[in-house]
Amino acid sequence: MSDWVEACAAGDIDEEDVMRFDHAGRTFAIYRSPDDEYFATDGLCTHEKVHLADGLVMDDIIECPKHNGRFNYKTGDARGAPVCVNLKTYPVKVDAGKVLIQVG
Amino acid sequence: MIIGAGECGGRAALTLRDLGFEGPVTLIGDEPHLPYERPPLSKEAMASEAPVIKAIASEEFLAERSIRHIHSIRAVAIDRAARAVQLSDGSSVPYDKLLLATGSVPRKLPLPGLGGRCVYLRTFNDALAIRAHLSAGNRVAIIGGGFIGLELAASARKLGAAVTVIEAQPRILMRGVPAEIAEVIHEAHEAEGVSIRTGQGIAAIADKGAKVTITLADGQNIMADLAVIGIGAVPVAALAAEAGLAIDNGIAVDEHLRTADPDIFAAGDCCSFPLAVYGGRRVRLEAWRNAQEQGALAARNMLGADEAHAAVPWFWSDQYGLTLQIAGLSDEGRSVVRRDLDDSAFILFHLAENGRLVAASGIGPGNAVARDIRLAEMLIAKRATPSPEALGSQAVKLKSLLAA
Repeated sequence: MSDWVEACAAGDIDEEDVMRFDHAGRTFAIYRSPDDEYFATDGLCTHEKVHLADGLVMDDIIECPKHNGRFNYKTGDARGAPVCVNLKTYPVKVDAGKVLIQVG
Repeated sequence: MIIGAGECGGRAALTLRDLGFEGPVTLIGDEPHLPYERPPLSKEAMASEAPVIKAIASEEFLAERSIRHIHSIRAVAIDRAARAVQLSDGSSVPYDKLLLATGSVPRKLPLPGLGGRCVYLRTFNDALAIRAHLSAGNRVAIIGGGFIGLELAASARKLGAAVTVIEAQPRILMRGVPAEIAEVIHEAHEAEGVSIRTGQGIAAIADKGAKVTITLADGQNIMADLAVIGIGAVPVAALAAEAGLAIDNGIAVDEHLRTADPDIFAAGDCCSFPLAVYGGRRVRLEAWRNAQEQGALAARNMLGADEAHAAVPWFWSDQYGLTLQIAGLSDEGRSVVRRDLDDSAFILFHLAENGRLVAASGIGPGNAVARDIRLAEMLIAKRATPSPEALGSQAVKLKSLLAA
């Protein structure tokens, strides 16, 4: 298991929104849900490697900006065409106003 | 049984299985390939060193789901009385429900003299044939300044070919794209070295040997190693017409995508249908997402869902670093509000006389407009009447208008 990495300040992301976070050559997407919880997934859509952080968050769904592939960002589950491969998720915690993700 | 193994037919077959249908599913296509995504053919695949097929489902995946895919074969007749389809190999396949997902084919240029160096783009094999001619130093003439032609022009420039686009209309993208956005795309092409000749009819084409000479209406000649014709598409509806089904700019279906024969459905590029979001206006859409959505909807209705089409039309185009996205049909609008975003991206909101938001057209680098176009699509579906001031102000989040 690798270390926790600081991704951003909790206030950097609006409620029901998403932000891109790049770390050590990898790209992640950090989400803040409508009920103020934080989540993290791989940053690229499993269909065509598009940055999900440009997409729209509605409830617990992130929709890819390119072809509207949908994932539940809390579980990573793919929710219908054109995406069929689930998104990898990462543990997240908020500590002293900072959002930390475990990138291992 | 599904005739047409493209995006629409492929999605329909997969949806039937997703819904738990256990009867036989047969997918018939005249191409030699697995169902695949067509959008990359003019974009990434065309600009790559060796184009590869982006299949919707692998052979194993189809086999696992007991979807019988018959390739390289055409359906030649529908026997509605016997409920069977005759195939070009002489065999006959019975059906309980039939989906026509026959797509569209490129509109032919009605001029004499076209030979092997004047080609069209629809299939993966077409794309391979075109790709073979796109190399540095080669000259490509593109007849038609629509999406296929312009995406192809961008890919050809990436590969170093010299490109001329010839458009008969006074500007590119006359159909469905506002002039302000077409201008951004026009400038991007010129900056990349494409020569665009608008308002130019073609007087004659001489396609002899390895060269094509295109004579424009004003007498100028354009010489090319390859001419690609992209002047629109026509629905493939002959099979339905011969079976006595109504044709109206494609196979005419109702809001459930059903023809007058309750056992025969049509979906995707090949059909015209009443678009609920605009009061039932009959349209035919040539778009990837529509093919997907209608394929899935037809599958649900073949299993008895009786669900009406409710989606808002949406499409996109990528050229160079720019992405255009349009939700709704902009010709429904009477006035326009512009919203500027970061990085010179902008969105035009099209409002009807009664203030209803009916369409949104956006362009910008990467996916700069995607999120707002998606929100606009939801506003259009809700038949919302947001204030022009709110739409025009970047400070007002579109998501807040959705909640209103």
